[in-house]
Amino acid sequence: MVEFTLWDILRNLLFAARWTVLLSLIAFVGGSLVGLLLLIARLSTHQLLGRAVAAYVQLFQGTPLLMQLFLAYFGMAMLGAQTSVWTAATLALTLYSSAFLTEIWHGCVLSISRGQWEAGQALALGFIEQLRHIILPQAGRIAVAPTVGFLVQVVKGTALTSVIGFVELTKAGTMITNATFKPFVVYSSVALLYFLICYPISAYARSLERKLDAR
Amino acid sequence: MPADLTPAVPALTIAGLRKSFGSNEVLKGIDLTVAPGEVIAIIGKSGSGKSTLLRCVNGLETFQHGTLEVDGQALAQDNAAAMRALRQRVGMIFQSFNLFPHLTVGKNIMLAPGLVRKLPADVLLERARRLLERVGLAEKFDAYPDQLSGGQQQRVAIARALAMEPMMLLCDEITSALDPELVGEVLAVVEALAKEGMTLLMVTHEMNFARKVSDRVIFMHQGRVHEQGPPERLFADPQTAELRQFLSSLQ
Repeated sequence: MVEFTLWDILRNLLFAARWTVLLSLIAFVGGSLVGLLLLIARLSTHQLLGRAVAAYVQLFQGTPLLMQLFLAYFGMAMLGAQTSVWTAATLALTLYSSAFLTEIWHGCVLSISRGQWEAGQALALGFIEQLRHIILPQAGRIAVAPTVGFLVQVVKGTALTSVIGFVELTKAGTMITNATFKPFVVYSSVALLYFLICYPISAYARSLERKLDAR
Repeated sequence: MPADLTPAVPALTIAGLRKSFGSNEVLKGIDLTVAPGEVIAIIGKSGSGKSTLLRCVNGLETFQHGTLEVDGQALAQDNAAAMRALRQRVGMIFQSFNLFPHLTVGKNIMLAPGLVRKLPADVLLERARRLLERVGLAEKFDAYPDQLSGGQQQRVAIARALAMEPMMLLCDEITSALDPELVGEVLAVVEALAKEGMTLLMVTHEMNFARKVSDRVIFMHQGRVHEQGPPERLFADPQTAELRQFLSSLQ
């Protein structure tokens, strides 16, 4: 029987951690882009559009991420699309992130006084100009800390993709456990690696918050 | 008085204007004609509809009935391009200043002319400096709004509105948020504008200022123009009981 050293375990987990980081980044960047479009739709004077976005947010906030992953994975297959776990995982996580980010940012925009919009209107700026030059720069300052904080949720959320067979940190941990029969060592290492990814992010969010509060 | 000159095109014509918030009708049929260069002070109790009337003129509020023409151009509430054109002609100054806190004073002034008029940078810069000098704040070009007093902020807001070269300015209780000792510096700027021939529509609680600067005072009561006339007559000899009561409540 082959003996696995701690280094063997860690090395294999580190390889898998790449995919956790990459998946998180794709979900976060994709979610930000979609989230920004949803935010604009929600803020527009078009009532139906705004309500549709609100419903979208409720849908993603009111169902478990695990179900969203299942639905993306099996749903796409049912529609006849060639699904890989990669597409299903990135799609589900992107949509999930976009819903939460839109909601966070919408709150930040609402905290900017109506007078700022009105001053822009009175100066003949259009809706997008008001948003881009007046509202978003101010809302953005408030949004930085909660947005970075949400990134931590995304990183931990990627663990669920192991259930549809995506080999990231958690799935790799399960596979290594099955080969080594050392679940405690392996899962401790997995947890440690998650912590090493997430801790710097939340520490950064806190320092950003302090810095922006100071000004 | 400019109103006697009967110019061909009034600066502002309002006819039969009605506005409701839900079931609450706040403007109940306003008719008003303002000549170019005329200075109008709108007075009345809070809730009489005076701020709402002002906000209808540049489309910050929509109205349900009636017409509103600025310099002969009818206000088209649903036409974004027409509203953009109208708002370039009508500047507005707010009670709470509404300067952009993330931009310097200079950039506050240059933002709209740069985006809307697409003026080149050197023209923008020159205009911003000239306007700041005019409101007595030349040295504050690089300051941020929160580094200024309320009176200074309001003067920057005036410069910002003037940067679009409007033909008319709407002033919505622009001294109400100021400490008493800062009111004078703002009113001095407005008075200078009035003397230079700017058409002014101002909602104000400063009766002495209204008396001194305006050509016509409009007393609004319960969503209607209740009484109007030149300030010396209106203040000295109010015709209606409501105006008499309003004026005596200020004493």
